Amino acid sequence: MNEIDDDLLQRAHYWMRLTRALDDRGTFLHKQSKIVGGYFSQIGHEAISVAAALSLGPHDIIAPMHRDLGAYLVRGLTPRRILAQWLGRETGVTRGRDANLHGMGDLSLGIIGFISHLPASTGVIAGVAHAIKLKGEPRVAMCFFGDGSASQGLAHEAMNWASVFKLPMVIICENNQYAYSTPLRRQMAIEHIAQRAAGYGMPGVIVDGNDFVAVYRAAREAVERARAGGGPTFIECKTMRMRGHAIHDNMAYVPKELLAEWEARDPIARIEEVLRARGLLDDATLAALLARIEAELDEAQTFAEASPYPDPATLTDGVYA
Amino acid sequence: MTWDQGLHRTTTVLNGERGTRELTYLEAIRAALRFEMQRDARVLVMGEDIGVYGGAFKVTQGLIEEFGEDRVIDTPMTELAMLYAAIGMSFEGFRPVVEMQFADFISTGFDAIVQFAATNHFRWRQPVPITVRAPGGGGLRAGPFHSQSNEAWFVHTPGLKVVAPATPADAYGLLLSAIRDPNPVIYYETKYLYRSLKGLVPDGDAPVPIGQAVVRRSGEELSIIAYGAMVQEALSAATVLEQEGHSIEVIDLRTLKPLDEVAILATARKTGKVLIVHEANRTCGVGGEVAAIIAEQAFEYLDAPITRLAAPDTPVPYSPPLEDAYRPNAAKILAAARELLAY
Ligand SMILES: Cc1ncc(C[n+]2csc(CCOP(=O)(O)OP(=O)(O)O)c2C)c(N)n1
Repeated sequence: MNEIDDDLLQRAHYWMRLTRALDDRGTFLHKQSKIVGGYFSQIGHEAISVAAALSLGPHDIIAPMHRDLGAYLVRGLTPRRILAQWLGRETGVTRGRDANLHGMGDLSLGIIGFISHLPASTGVIAGVAHAIKLKGEPRVAMCFFGDGSASQGLAHEAMNWASVFKLPMVIICENNQYAYSTPLRRQMAIEHIAQRAAGYGMPGVIVDGNDFVAVYRAAREAVERARAGGGPTFIECKTMRMRGHAIHDNMAYVPKELLAEWEARDPIARIEEVLRARGLLDDATLAALLARIEAELDEAQTFAEASPYPDPATLTDGVYA
Repeated sequence: MTWDQGLHRTTTVLNGERGTRELTYLEAIRAALRFEMQRDARVLVMGEDIGVYGGAFKVTQGLIEEFGEDRVIDTPMTELAMLYAAIGMSFEGFRPVVEMQFADFISTGFDAIVQFAATNHFRWRQPVPITVRAPGGGGLRAGPFHSQSNEAWFVHTPGLKVVAPATPADAYGLLLSAIRDPNPVIYYETKYLYRSLKGLVPDGDAPVPIGQAVVRRSGEELSIIAYGAMVQEALSAATVLEQEGHSIEVIDLRTLKPLDEVAILATARKTGKVLIVHEANRTCGVGGEVAAIIAEQAFEYLDAPITRLAAPDTPVPYSPPLEDAYRPNAAKILAAARELLAY
């Protein structure tokens, strides 16, 4: 565990806690009818999104999906902008144009706005990686998609493309076992999504997606390989979707035992165990961290709620550059 | 719980429809699927999450219990394979009804529809009797990727038929016709109406013919031509105008391809003033085609310019004030109609 130093662990812990708290805040605001439209929870995905984003350098580019709140935060999207986005305000990332996590892009932070049509980000990121290669820059492009998205033709086309051109690309596949209501066995006839990587000529790695250390190590290795000209890597992170597909979904179709099993493997509890074992966390420091995060989110919520809605007169602004 | 839970606080109950049972627009679609599956063993439905879960909007709820998983097929998340497979199944005698979870996702299977299904009969005389259910339209604060009215893509494509029911009775009757039609039919159902509109629906075998518009309200001074969710908005506006002493005709196109030219021309000739309303973007929308038909064949009957009220040419925005500004509604129809009446 030597490459995971104390500082990294502590930073990761903060981001994972912030991600969970912001997610809880979103659920709460949705219950209060302040978030219009739908809301996607990412609980259970914190280790994956935070570890993958932390494995990158500042000039790398990511294309997150709808359960990667942690990655957005690590890359520098502030809770202020995210909450304003959810509330449909002018100060949100898309200035009220798009909903919840969709479209939250900002290339100045190396984030490509999410495309609802899954897994479109794989194709885009292949293009980004290709451009990076053409320019001869030591940068890496990373995309995220789920088990359901892995069934789409584009995922296969993009992986093939990346491998044929030996692109500096990392694919993080978040296998949370359900795509909306569709279980994995209805999505594919093989056991691991990562088995497919061989068919494209790239390494396929399987990690425990609830273990920050495991995801970070795998992502870091893939990023370094990509940076060194070694081509793309496919990383399958095994996890579980702990909430419904979106907030309206009570996921009656998921067996209770399966949830209980994964509840016991909660990614935040896991990283806190490691921190405690290293003497980096106790009840008092945790309480202080949580209080700091709540204050940060209170401030962000106040900002978002005080922000104006977009002016209807600006409706057609921005259709063209 | 469903995707659009809690979005509709009120439900409009239609008067004047014929039928034996009162159903919501959504229940009417489900009733049509059930009826057709009971009647014809070749009919099967497929799509993402339509089986055990009952569909994102619960349209197919209960069907898997009744018909089993061979006829209610939960697919992997692959629109393109799904649509091509449906076409292949049709060659073996089946009549697949494919649900696109949202009309927006139809683009992911576009090739199968516009390249293969649409041209097949023309090329080698093999019909493609598939129905593609496309839950379209906005008003649900669902953002640019979940609110599109993209029917014009298909209206432009030869070989397809496109229908857009505006009432529960038509949702029922047009779906029966779509499934029985030997051609690929894109069936645009309006998410906004799913739970907000109720009406009488006939029992049993009551297909509504494809290609026939209907006069929803007869009048003399002005014609409002609409389809889908905009029909109810047009009727609300017409009611207000009627109270003010105006006589307004409301035409519901019901089928967008082929368009009912006879009905369109008849109303234009009758009132001499035409307002065309749709939720889809303005440019190259169905309204443009309706306007051209009237301009070409009924020009001399017109007392005012043919007018279109449509969404502006922007993606569908999410934030409530923006979406309200974007989407046509009764108030905007009223304003446009008043201007035309005063012309
Ligand atoms: C092309 C396309 N079809 C359908 C949908 C609707 N949809 C949104 S998320 C989703 C399930 C995605 O599953 P997965 O990729 O496993 O991600 P998860 O939501 O489980 O994190 C579906 C079917 C979509 N977004 N894009």
